[in-house]
Amino acid sequence: MLPYALRRLILALPLLVGITLISFFLMHLAPGEPVDISNPDATTTADREGRERLIQAYGLDKPIHVQYWNWLTRIVRLDFGRSFAPDARPVLQKIRERLPITLALNVAEMMIIVMLAIPIGVISATRQYSRFDKVTTVFVFVGFATPDFWLALMLMILFGVQLGWLPISGLRSPTWEYLSFWRQQWDFLSHLILPILVATFGGLASFSRYMRQSMLEVVRQDYIQSARAKGLAEPVVIGKHALRNALLPIVTILGLSLPGLIGGSVIIESIFAIPGMGQLMVQAVYERDYPVIMGNLVIVALLTLGANLIADLTYSLVDPRIRVAARRSRR
Amino acid sequence: MSPLGLRHLPLLFVLAVGGCGSEAGSTVDPATGQAAKPTYGDTFIDALTGNISGLIPNVLTDGASFEVGGLIYSGLVNRDKDLNIIGELAESWEFSRDCLDLTFKLRKNVRWHDGKPFTADDVVFTYETMVNPKTPTAYREDFKAVGAVDAPDPYTLHVRYTKPYAKALQSWSIWILPRHVLETYVKEGRLREAPQNRADPIGTGAYRFKEWKPGEKVVLVANQDYFEGRPYLSRIVYRIIPSQATIFLELKAQGIDSAGPAGLTALQFKRQADFPAFRKAYNKYQYQDNVYTYLGFNLGDPRFADKRVRQAFAHAINKRELIEGVRLGLGREATGPYKPGTWAYNPNVRTYPYDMAKARELLAAAGWRTKNADGILVKDGQPFEFVLRTNQGNDERRKVAEIVQASLKDLGVKVDIQVIEWASFLKEYIKKRRFEAIILGWGIGQDPDQFEVWHSSKTGPDDLNRIGYANPEADEMLEKGRMSCVEEERKKYYDRFQEILAEDQPIVFLYFRDALPVVSSRVRGVVPSPNGIRYNFNEWYVPRPLQRYTAG
Repeated sequence: MLPYALRRLILALPLLVGITLISFFLMHLAPGEPVDISNPDATTTADREGRERLIQAYGLDKPIHVQYWNWLTRIVRLDFGRSFAPDARPVLQKIRERLPITLALNVAEMMIIVMLAIPIGVISATRQYSRFDKVTTVFVFVGFATPDFWLALMLMILFGVQLGWLPISGLRSPTWEYLSFWRQQWDFLSHLILPILVATFGGLASFSRYMRQSMLEVVRQDYIQSARAKGLAEPVVIGKHALRNALLPIVTILGLSLPGLIGGSVIIESIFAIPGMGQLMVQAVYERDYPVIMGNLVIVALLTLGANLIADLTYSLVDPRIRVAARRSRR
Repeated sequence: MSPLGLRHLPLLFVLAVGGCGSEAGSTVDPATGQAAKPTYGDTFIDALTGNISGLIPNVLTDGASFEVGGLIYSGLVNRDKDLNIIGELAESWEFSRDCLDLTFKLRKNVRWHDGKPFTADDVVFTYETMVNPKTPTAYREDFKAVGAVDAPDPYTLHVRYTKPYAKALQSWSIWILPRHVLETYVKEGRLREAPQNRADPIGTGAYRFKEWKPGEKVVLVANQDYFEGRPYLSRIVYRIIPSQATIFLELKAQGIDSAGPAGLTALQFKRQADFPAFRKAYNKYQYQDNVYTYLGFNLGDPRFADKRVRQAFAHAINKRELIEGVRLGLGREATGPYKPGTWAYNPNVRTYPYDMAKARELLAAAGWRTKNADGILVKDGQPFEFVLRTNQGNDERRKVAEIVQASLKDLGVKVDIQVIEWASFLKEYIKKRRFEAIILGWGIGQDPDQFEVWHSSKTGPDDLNRIGYANPEADEMLEKGRMSCVEEERKKYYDRFQEILAEDQPIVFLYFRDALPVVSSRVRGVVPSPNGIRYNFNEWYVPRPLQRYTAG
């Protein structure tokens, strides 16, 4: 187990360098320069002198492979550099202030999806073609097909404007600092309800479908027949013998969605005015803010590699067959 | 074009609409019928579509930062409701007869937000900052004609110009920075990295900085020691809401008091916000914004180098219908780069009324006579077809492009439309002069000097005369216009300049759009003027019974 994990870790290093190398060159292939003014109508320009000074300061005058090398040598010392945006703030600081809210939203979304998708999938599988199965099938496909922004606007109109139950956008009320402690907590939570609802609705479909599919395969297996023949109660057969096996592919999918947890949804963030990672990344791309783009990419790449590793390791933990197979192949 | 122009959108022809607009400006309290006395308190919640990029506007370029910075900092001068230059930190000023010496008398008893006194030395420092080549600013141009700045005493500032510069006075609307706080950063060329660009900026303005949560909000509080008296609204919250649709829903739910300086979209203003509850909760205003939209040509292209072709296009586009189509009528036809109603505007220039026959005639004169099988005009075997490009993220411009495309099709000219993300557009097409025609806009400042945009010396890849316009007489007028500090004299040059542009049609001037702001009806003291509505923001107030938020 341990040597395997170690080997994977060592292999991940060149992979990471490869990812950053390709990203770096791709990013520079996109036309446009960070020193240009982003407003098309502005009739002011930085003078030539000023632009050249900036290009020098950013190191953009050097050949691209030198730029990459400089970036790489800084990043191994965990120096993510400063943003090219006019605020010139450290990249890590910018990411740090955006990350918590995106993470909180995505973790909440993921938990709700898992909690709902597993029962929905199990019930639809065990009662295939029942009314429940049909209704949930329609429901999740509607959810899958509904555009995020449209659903968001509809919910905002209903709960925010018509009923006035929930705030429409943002994270806190403008009067937040004048509220009592518990009112503050509620104020914050109430701002998250609609965005989480919208995000969950869209993500539920695929997960519950995976669960249903995986469960359908398992209940047809011989050992389920034997469990039933042995006289076990149906809930035990499903809940204990079938579910455990059916969850295996779900673990993999969950593992692979880990890196997605830090990438915010641009659409949801813009509509609900949530200052998360998605908006930061898009803004950085528009402004050709290379350090922020690369900083973001490195973190996502690290998480993806890590998540892959964790998924593989847990897979062998929960499924004895894989462990055995691995041992055999090594001999 | 200048910081002043950006800080206070110079706005013309303010119309109060919806019946309640005039009421908003009156000083009579409708509840009691009594003359209301302004009261302190309440929070004003505004919306910005973009995150501010910092807190020292001198090194920034985005509109959101200017909006916030304008309340934190002051300039020596400012513009009043009729766009006249008035003193802000300066009490008075005097020009020498040759326009070369400018002397300011500064206000006494002005204090920075940290309590230190403001003196002429801070102005000298701001000048040094702006001309320091290490300062990454877009406004250095304004100070290039300055020979020397000195402070004979703490409340007198003397500026010596090397040549007369028309924008001299206006250029001193630049945000004045405190020497005692920022000097070390300027010297090291690290003004953008200064902590004051991120938090706790020190200015002399009506509002002090409270907090900035990036991407979420900026909070300002009234400066009790403001030199013109404490402003009435105690607290300003700028919420950052990227989506126009969300802003509108927030307005409907009365979660915000204003849709920001830019206001509503034409569709929202005209249709969606036209119901009784909205009219009761908000006052809507309408005035000419300082941006015009144009159809530009690459004048290096032999087809467009012929002015008859450009004139033909001007005749072929029905501007009235275009404004109706893309702005629902909320805009005004442009005849040149100046707003109707401003002192520099010349109403007596050649115009191009919608006239297809005339357009065909002009094209024929330019050699475009025969049409091929597809109905496209042909000259020397070449069909008249080109690509019209515009920047992504501006739906209005895409629609303008489509209308232009349809209009020119009637003429026998084939137009393909391409919408490109701005950074790529700028780098790949504009800087390399690889475009044929463009739909873009120009923001105009409050001074008529447009040297940067039209002068033939400004055609380098990073310059703004992107179309490559060169007319020696226009150059001369621009040069003379910026060399005088006498308005009547300048008016002559700019009148002639507009005649030349109207004749040449280097671009087809399409329209000035209207700005369509809304302000909560509980806010009083809003007086529409040729300078828009925000020029007297410090005088806005909410009568005590109508105050909605607790504010410190």
